[in-house]
Amino acid sequence: MATPIPTDAPQDRGSEQTIEQKAVAGMSQGALVRRRFFRHKLAMTALVVLVLIILLAFTSVGTVIGGTGALQADASGVLTINGWRIPGWWPLDWWTAYPIVNGGQPTLTLWPFSLGEHPFGQDTLGKDVFAQVMRGTQQSITVMFLVGLVSLIVGVSLGAVSGYFRGWSDSLIMRFTDVIIIIPIIVLGSIMGKLFGGNAFVFGLFLGILSWTGLARLVRGDFLSLREREFVDAARVAGASNARIIFRHILPNAVGVIIVNTTLLMSAAVLTEAALSFLGFGIQYPDVSLGQIISEYREAFRTRPWLFWWPGLFIILLALCINFVGDGLRDAFDPRQQAKVSRRKAARAVAAIPSVQAVTMVEGPTSASDAPYIDEFTDLGERSGPPDARGDRGDRPGDQP
Amino acid sequence: MLTFLLRRLGAILLVLLVASFIVYTLTAIGSDPLRDLRGSSAPNREEQIAYRIEILNLDLPPVVRYFTWLGGAAKCLILQCDLGVAYTRGNQPVTEALASAAGSTIQLVTAATIIAILVGVTIGILTALRQYSGFDYSVTFLTFIVYSLPIFWVAVLLKEYGAIRFNEFLADPNVTWLAVLITGLISGVVFMSLLGGSWRTRLITFGSAFVAGAGLLGLLGVTNWFAQPTIGLIGVIITGIGAAVGVTAISTGLAIRRALLASLITVAIWVAAYFPLQYLFFYVPEGWMLVLLGIAAIGIGILVGILVGGDGKREAARTAAIVSFIAFFVIVIDRVLLVYPDYVQRIPQSGVIATIGSRTPGLQGDMWFEILDGFSHLVLPTIALAVVSIAAYTRYTRSSLLEVMNQDYVRTARAKGLTERTVVVRHAMRNALIPIATIIAFDIGALIGGAVITETIFAWKGMGSLFVDGLEHGDVNLVMGFFVVTGVLAVIFNLIADLLYSALDPRIRVN
Repeated sequence: MATPIPTDAPQDRGSEQTIEQKAVAGMSQGALVRRRFFRHKLAMTALVVLVLIILLAFTSVGTVIGGTGALQADASGVLTINGWRIPGWWPLDWWTAYPIVNGGQPTLTLWPFSLGEHPFGQDTLGKDVFAQVMRGTQQSITVMFLVGLVSLIVGVSLGAVSGYFRGWSDSLIMRFTDVIIIIPIIVLGSIMGKLFGGNAFVFGLFLGILSWTGLARLVRGDFLSLREREFVDAARVAGASNARIIFRHILPNAVGVIIVNTTLLMSAAVLTEAALSFLGFGIQYPDVSLGQIISEYREAFRTRPWLFWWPGLFIILLALCINFVGDGLRDAFDPRQQAKVSRRKAARAVAAIPSVQAVTMVEGPTSASDAPYIDEFTDLGERSGPPDARGDRGDRPGDQP
Repeated sequence: MLTFLLRRLGAILLVLLVASFIVYTLTAIGSDPLRDLRGSSAPNREEQIAYRIEILNLDLPPVVRYFTWLGGAAKCLILQCDLGVAYTRGNQPVTEALASAAGSTIQLVTAATIIAILVGVTIGILTALRQYSGFDYSVTFLTFIVYSLPIFWVAVLLKEYGAIRFNEFLADPNVTWLAVLITGLISGVVFMSLLGGSWRTRLITFGSAFVAGAGLLGLLGVTNWFAQPTIGLIGVIITGIGAAVGVTAISTGLAIRRALLASLITVAIWVAAYFPLQYLFFYVPEGWMLVLLGIAAIGIGILVGILVGGDGKREAARTAAIVSFIAFFVIVIDRVLLVYPDYVQRIPQSGVIATIGSRTPGLQGDMWFEILDGFSHLVLPTIALAVVSIAAYTRYTRSSLLEVMNQDYVRTARAKGLTERTVVVRHAMRNALIPIATIIAFDIGALIGGAVITETIFAWKGMGSLFVDGLEHGDVNLVMGFFVVTGVLAVIFNLIADLLYSALDPRIRVN
C-alpha cells in the first residue's frame, strides 16, 4: 500500500471498545467490576451520599443499644430511655419535649448557613424534629441492612440447595417459597410487627426472614444452569465435595445477580418498613421511625408541613441512593446492559475516519509492510476475547466486514 | 396440559393450606379479641365475654380453631362458604363483608391497572424507540425516583395538591398567565424531546407544541371551561377525527386510505347520532344501556370496516371498531359532564375531587351523577396506585422492546423494506409484549393485596380496611377473609401468567 495506515487506526475505528479492551487486558473479574463501578458517576455519587447520611444519622443524635427502649422518668422528672445510651454531637434527643421556639418552625437557614435551635422545626409537643428524623433514619438504615443480610443468607442458601441438589429438596423449598410469596408481605410484616414489634432490630430480622423469596428463586435459576457447565463437571471429576463445588465454583459465578438483587431488596425494605410503621404495625412508640412521624402528623400538612417533608425526604434519599448503587452494580457486573454508544455517536465516529474501506482493508494481510500492524491488531483481538462477546455489534458499524 | 394443570392446582391447594395455617395461628396468637370487653364498664360484661367466647370458640387452642375455620372454608367448594363471623362488624358473616369490600377494591385496582398499562407501556415504547435521547434519560431517572417514593407520602401530597388546592382552583377557576406559560413550556419540551430530529425540526416542534399547549389552556381559561367543563359536538368531532387519524396511523398506517375512510365514516355516524343519543341518555339512564351501546359501537365499526375496507377488510374493521369505541366513550363523557354544574351543587362544600371513601353518602341523582361521583372519588387513589405500576411497566417495556429490536428477525423485516411502523408494531412490539403480559397478570394479583395503604389513606372501604380493622382488633376471621381472597387471587393470576406465556409464545411448553 502506498499510504501507510497509522498504527492507531484499528483503535480508532473500534471506537471506545478497542481502547477499553486494551486497557482492561489482564485484569481479574473482580478488578474489572470494581473499575466499572467506580467509573459509574451516578452510582458513586449515590454511594457517597448514602455514607454521609449514615454518618449523619448515627453521629448526630447518638443511639441506644440494648434495653427495652421504654421511657422512664428519674427523680427530677427528666425522661430517659432504657438502654445503653451513646450520645452524639447534637445536644437534643428525640423523646423530650422542648419549649416551642418560633411556632415550631424550622430554624435551618442555608445562606448564611446556620442550624439554629431546631433546624427541622418542632412538632406540636415541642419535640425536636431533627433528632426525630435522625433517629428514624437510623431505624430505617438498621432495618435495611438487617433485611439485606438475612435475606442474603437465607435466600442464597435455600436457592443454592434447591438449584444444586434438585429433586425433592428442590420441590420442597420451592413450595415453601410459594407459601411465603402468596402471603402479602404487608400481612406477615404487620403480624410480626404486632407480635415482636417496636424494636427496629427484631423487626428488621423478621422482615428479612420474609423477603428472601425472590432472591432464592433467582439463585436457584442460576444454579440450575451453572451446574450443567463443564467447569462443574471438571471439579466433580477432580473429587471436589458438593460444598466445595457450591461455594468455590458456582457461587462466585452467581455473585452478580445476588449482589444486585440484594441492593434492590434493601431499597424495598426501607419503603416496607416506612409503610408498616405508617399503618402502625411497624416500629412503635416510644421509638420513632420515619413512616411513623409522617403518619402521626399527616393531617397537619397545612399547618406544619416540615413534619411531613423532612422524614419523607430522608426515606426517598435512602431508597434512591440504594437504587442508584444497585443500578451501578448491575452495570458493573453485566456490561451488556450498560449504556452503549448511541447510534448517532457511532455514525459520527465512523464518519470521522478518512475512509472506512481503507481501514477495513487492513484485516487481510496485503503486503509485508503491513505485517507488524496486523500482528498487533490480531494480538489485541486475541487477548481481549472475541469482538462479539459483548453482544452489541450493531452499535459498531466500523467492525462489520 | 391437563396433567400440568392438575399438578399445579394440587400444589396451589397445598401452598394455600400451609399459608392459611401460618396466617391464622400467627394472627390468633398475636391478638386479643376480648380486649375491648375487658376494658368496658357495661353491667353485662361477663355475659358479653361469654357470648363472644362461644361464637368465636375462644376456649379452644388456635390450632383447633383453625381446623374448624378450615371446615367452614372447605364448604366453598360446594358453594356454601362459611368463613365465620366478624365480631368487629356486629357479627356480620365474613363472606358478606368480603363481597362489598372486594367490589370496591376490584373497582380501584381495575382502574389503576388499565391506566398503568396504557400509560406505562406507551412511555416504555417511546423510550425504547428514542433510546439514549434526553427523553429516555429523563424517564429513566423519573422511574428511579418513583421506585423510591413511599406510596403513603405520595398519597398525602395528592390529597393536598390534587384535591384541596385543585378544588380551590375549581371553585374559582382563574387561569393565570404563569400557568399558561409553564404549560406551554412543558408541552414544548416534552414533544421536542419525544420527536427528536435535527435542531431545526426540534425548534419547530417546540414552537408548535408551545403554542398548542399554552393556547389550549388559555382558551379553556378564557371561555371559563373549568367552571363548566363540557365537550360538546365540536369537541366530539375534533377528538373523533384525531382518534381516526391517530389510530389509523398506528394500526395500519395512513397510506391505507380505506382504513382511514372507514374510521372517518364511523366518526361521522357518531356525530350524526349525537343529538338523537341525548334523548336515549335522558330517558334510559341505565348501566345495561351503556353496555349495549358500547357493543353496538364496536359492531358499527366492524360493519363499516367490512363495507368500506375493500381488500383490507380485517384491518379496516379493526381500526374502525377502535375509533368507534373511542367516539362512543367521548360522547358518554360529554353526557356525564353535562350534570357537572348540578353535581357541584349537590355535594359537600369540600369540592369536586374527593379524598374520602368511594362515594358521596346520600347523593341524589341518576346514573350520570353516580358515574361522575364514582370518578371524582376514584381519581386520587387510582393515581397513587398507578404511579408505581407505571414506572415498573415503563422499565419492563423498554428493556423488552430493546431486546427484541436487536433480534435478527427485526433486521430481516427492515431489510425487506417494510416501513418503520410495520417493523415496530407488527414485528417488534407483538413479541416484546409477551413478557409484559405475564408481568401484568402477576402484578394484578399482587396489587389487590397491596392496595392496603392506599385504601387506608383514602378511607376506602375495601379489602385493605378489612385487613387493618381485623388486625387492629384481633378479629382473626376478618384477616383470614382478606387472606383467602388475596391469596387465591394471587395464585390464580400466577397460574394465568404461566398459561398466558405458553399461549403467547409457542416456544414455551407448560409441562
